[in-house]
Amino acid sequence: MKKVLRHRLFWPIAALVTLIVVNTIVRPQFIVVSVRDGQLYGVLIDILRTSAPLMLVALGMTVVIATRGIDLSVGAIMAVSGAVALTIIDASSDPGSIGTVLLALVVALGVSLALGAWNGLLVSVAGIQPIIATLVLMLAGRGVALLITDGFITTVNSAPYSFIATGYLLFLPVAFLIALAAIVVVALAERRTALGVLTEAVGINPQASRLAGVRSRGIVFGAYLASGLLAGIAGVLYSANIRAADANAAGQFIELYAILAVVLGGTSLMGGKFTIAGTVVGVLIIQTLDKTILFLGVPPAQSPVFFAVVVIVVVVLQSPRLHKWIRDLTSKRAPRANDSQPGTPVGTQNKVEVAS
Amino acid sequence: MTTDMQTRPTAPGAERGIVARYNTFMSRRSSLMPTLAAVAILIILLVAAQVRFDRFLSPGNLSALLLDNAYLVVLAVGMTFVILTGGIDLSVGSVMAFTGILSASLLSQQLPAIIVIPVMLLGGAAIGLMIGVLVQYFNVQPFIASLAGLFLARGLAFVVSLSSIRVEDPAVLWLQRTRFAFGGWYITPTGLIALAVVAIAFYVLHWTRFGRTVYAIGGSEQSARLMGLKVARTKILVYVISGVCGGVAGLLLTAYSGAGYPRNGIGTELDAIAAVVIGGTLLAGGTGYVLGSLVGVLVYGTIKKLISFMGAEQSWTQIIIGFLLLVFIVVQRVIVTRSQRRT
Repeated sequence: MKKVLRHRLFWPIAALVTLIVVNTIVRPQFIVVSVRDGQLYGVLIDILRTSAPLMLVALGMTVVIATRGIDLSVGAIMAVSGAVALTIIDASSDPGSIGTVLLALVVALGVSLALGAWNGLLVSVAGIQPIIATLVLMLAGRGVALLITDGFITTVNSAPYSFIATGYLLFLPVAFLIALAAIVVVALAERRTALGVLTEAVGINPQASRLAGVRSRGIVFGAYLASGLLAGIAGVLYSANIRAADANAAGQFIELYAILAVVLGGTSLMGGKFTIAGTVVGVLIIQTLDKTILFLGVPPAQSPVFFAVVVIVVVVLQSPRLHKWIRDLTSKRAPRANDSQPGTPVGTQNKVEVAS
Repeated sequence: MTTDMQTRPTAPGAERGIVARYNTFMSRRSSLMPTLAAVAILIILLVAAQVRFDRFLSPGNLSALLLDNAYLVVLAVGMTFVILTGGIDLSVGSVMAFTGILSASLLSQQLPAIIVIPVMLLGGAAIGLMIGVLVQYFNVQPFIASLAGLFLARGLAFVVSLSSIRVEDPAVLWLQRTRFAFGGWYITPTGLIALAVVAIAFYVLHWTRFGRTVYAIGGSEQSARLMGLKVARTKILVYVISGVCGGVAGLLLTAYSGAGYPRNGIGTELDAIAAVVIGGTLLAGGTGYVLGSLVGVLVYGTIKKLISFMGAEQSWTQIIIGFLLLVFIVVQRVIVTRSQRRT
């Protein structure tokens, strides 16, 4: 039991389960998943489907944060990728053909890779602070996306393209399957090869890992490259879902939610140790909370207040000062009190959130 | 730099003396270089614009340049304080929107401006205080703490009202409608407020104990603490100052647009950060000038105006600002590595 409590994913998962349980009690159909026409339906499936773009971006963000970095440009890359893909489809004579869509995807993802490489170059080769290096693209990227779409919201009607976001395969939404594939690929690359260990080494101490012979430059560069590519896929999913390239709205604030998901999952922003499973749970918490807020009848525009409260509670719970207070309080009774779990009662706080 | 050298009496030993003096000046005043570069860029931009469009440098146009960006000047001043301590404040755009819509809502309930304006400033200060306490007492990274502030202020703006509210209050509208003209030049009370904020910030940063502490913390927080400076109080205060500046900017924007709108200022924090960096403040903290931030905002405003004069897409503004930001970051990077090599 103690081992379960100490596991670093315990509190994030507890928070997620609490959210789902509270929702189900208030509204029993929340948990119901039904099969219609060979497709699964239900609120939970919907959460999985809509969480796909955030999931992709948060995966990339996890790897970048593990190297002590941060990538603010993901939203802008999403906007550019969607704009590129839809402009190509819009300009082609046959928007419905699979060839056109494939071409659009290849070019859009190629551009995203190039943008990721640009970030990686600034951070790993030029040695610029990650916040600032990616801020450049965050500012300029949306401008580029607006130029690509000529300042309009390009809309297209392409069945294969919207299939990416709204289609179903083997009972499951395609968007979710794409996110799942990305999780598997990232997890395999990071956990079944030495890459994950090297990434953590770079994040924990760049100097020491370089002296130990780790090619930190390449690893940092690769992290931004991955983040760019994943953001590009997210941009495709987003634009396929609304069948339009909206350079202003695509991926707005997604960098903030992605960072929040990573932190909720238990990865420290100071770099080093990271957990992909934690990020996945973090994303699901955010999406479920989002749905809960919507269900409470709060206008979506006001939901940032809830997220602000969540961020504040989580960071305060992780802070060393609070741990010291708790230690001081408990040390009289238990001299060897250990409170190394970050984000202790996340679950209880979320319960309060939902109840209010 | 060059002007400074020319005004000095010619050094004995002519050539070598000048070179030596130049090197001494560069090493002692290397922190001035980015700001001077910003001034140079502003002048180049203005001259180029005048060559291209005859009437660009007209007094009316230049007056409008300041007045259109008055709110950004105030935000950039607050941001300068925070960045000088080595922090960052992402919440300023949202705080501006929140205080703006709050004032519009309160004014529409017939409350007098004399009550509403202090409430705005207090609202901004409260959010700043929250960020400061998180940063100082809970060891939260400024980025994350101010991110919470961004979410909170933006959400609260929508809690106050989901749509825009017109402002009819004569006192607030007076701020924008009154024009003090001399020759072709004119200025409104909003512009005067922005300039006053810059002047006060300049005084505080350069001539008060608090200002020196801000620079000291940015240079090395550890050393500042060991010197016995009031680090905790100062670090919280800079975020409060930034929050109050957000409130003032909310007032200026409300007066300027004649309405409060909860969607105002999305992404403005990035413009403010860009202006501060272009103005020569080092993001690592410890080096920079509040007047530089004013220059940075004017560079931003000039580019924006130039692009609208040329009839090009406004999205070019973002691209060019992003590019300029990059150039300045690289310049700063070079300066930092050079000064590190020296010590």
